[in-house]
Amino acid sequence: MRRASPYLVLGLLLTICFAVATTIQPRTRAWSDRAKSGDVLKMLLGDGRRMFANHFFEQADVSFHSGYYPSIFDRREQPGKTAMASGKDEHDEHDEAAHEKEMAFRGQPRDWIEAFGRHFRVTEHTHLAHGQEREILPWLRISAELDPQRVDTYTVAAYWLREKLGKIKEAEEFLREGQRNNPDSCEILFELGRLYRDGRHDPQRARNVWELALRKWNAQESGKAEPNYFQLEKIAVHLARLEEEAGRFSRAISLLELGKKSSPNPDALQKQVDEIKEKMRARESAPQAPAY
Amino acid sequence: MNNVLAISGIVIKELYRRKDFYVLFVLTALITLLLGSVSFFNDAKIARYLKEVCLLLIWISSLVIAISTTARQIPAERENRTIFPLLAKPVTRGQFIMGKFLGCWLACGVALVVFYLFFGVVSESRGRGDSSAAGLSATAAATDASSKTDEHDHAAAGSEHHNEHETPETTGQRSVVLNYVQALWLHWMMLGVVTAMVLLGSVVLSAPSVSITISFIGIIGILLLGEHLNKVALRQPQPLQAIIYTGYFLIPHLEWFDIRDRVIYDQPAIAFGDCGLATLYAIVYTGLFLFLTWFVFRRKTLTL
Repeated sequence: MRRASPYLVLGLLLTICFAVATTIQPRTRAWSDRAKSGDVLKMLLGDGRRMFANHFFEQADVSFHSGYYPSIFDRREQPGKTAMASGKDEHDEHDEAAHEKEMAFRGQPRDWIEAFGRHFRVTEHTHLAHGQEREILPWLRISAELDPQRVDTYTVAAYWLREKLGKIKEAEEFLREGQRNNPDSCEILFELGRLYRDGRHDPQRARNVWELALRKWNAQESGKAEPNYFQLEKIAVHLARLEEEAGRFSRAISLLELGKKSSPNPDALQKQVDEIKEKMRARESAPQAPAY
Repeated sequence: MNNVLAISGIVIKELYRRKDFYVLFVLTALITLLLGSVSFFNDAKIARYLKEVCLLLIWISSLVIAISTTARQIPAERENRTIFPLLAKPVTRGQFIMGKFLGCWLACGVALVVFYLFFGVVSESRGRGDSSAAGLSATAAATDASSKTDEHDHAAAGSEHHNEHETPETTGQRSVVLNYVQALWLHWMMLGVVTAMVLLGSVVLSAPSVSITISFIGIIGILLLGEHLNKVALRQPQPLQAIIYTGYFLIPHLEWFDIRDRVIYDQPAIAFGDCGLATLYAIVYTGLFLFLTWFVFRRKTLTL
């Protein structure tokens, strides 16, 4: 039997490999979502990237505290919300005190090693200020790349971009990106509305966006066992304020009544309702200007 | 001493002939510069993420250089049988150990200087922006803290007087430089302990690969968990609590020497007294590990 040339065998094997590859390749696309993605990170890490996204989101909070941050050994209970994230919500002195208490994690040193080691650590609880908040943004950007479905990342980054750095355009672009990735998120729409009202000074667009946010909330949350009433209150109260400014008092009152149902402080909202009613009465009793 | 210096000189030459340092430096520089070229939300002033990544890479690279260089020294001499003419010079086993340690440690120091120069250039070229304001009084604070340690009551007044002649910008720049120098110094001291530990591992364990692996696990474990062992111990029942707490007191606390956070977040420089005590701590542990290495090595058969 004649021996085949090794070049011919190599050529045959390459041909078979190519033929098998062209046959299998279209089928592999259906096996996993990874292959469909154009995103390199998604292809490499799959859903595991969400775990890293949490890490980078937390890293942004570490940066916000200039490195003064509890480790998993210091943290006895998981904090409800990071200071960086709660910074964007309206919060009172009680929240500040709770945050201070939460961040007083070091306590007295247990031994001389711990006491001496503190000389080399950041031991002062501070928050970034005066434009230094920008330092948290790279971590939030990376977090959003790794987990585009994490809504907090977009709203937190947009808040700091808009409120502290005056980067309205960048904040809007980032929120729009978040909206594309999370089309049903009422949180992103709410933040977008704030950007239009406070940043762009465009109450009409803000109203439209918040109306949409309210509809999204009703569609998603109202049927849940534990709806996110905090979000509903924020949308309703902000929208009510816009309606009041536009002179649509009855709509403002109905929105405040809606917010009252879910508010931890309904008395304050009732006070606002009373004030608007007062304004309504004053407008009705005011003499009408003669029409010419 | 001449014998020690001669052996250490050979080790330093070996490091710059090997490719490890160049590869790690190029990788660090490449990753840092690539990250530096990324624009986040069109803000060119963002710098801390770059400092964080660059310092992390420097720490990883320095540990790789220190551990891989040290772990190979004695096994390679034994394997190539070059240890016999070396010890017949006459060079005592103690001098041999000391020479190897000094060579590796100095080589790490040279590598660190290059790495930190690169870090300094990158972070300063990026601009400290507003962050320099936070560290304006840092030098004064370090002097003040140092004076508190030394119980000199008049030091605060002295530092104030000193600052009268300086602009805040100068003070800020000096504090940043002081932070970098302290970070470099403490890092180098830590590498001294690491080098001595790995040298001990290389005479106790059978092969360089084993000592490299175990050293990496041990050192990274200490860096990540060392400072928390006491908290872990207190949550355990006896006698586990006593065992873990004993381990906590026995291990060298390498995490003290990691002051990256202070550099990244523009914290005031560490008091000189504390820096000196940490240096003393490192010297004691280095001496202890070198003594143990000599103790094990002095009666060890050199043939494989």
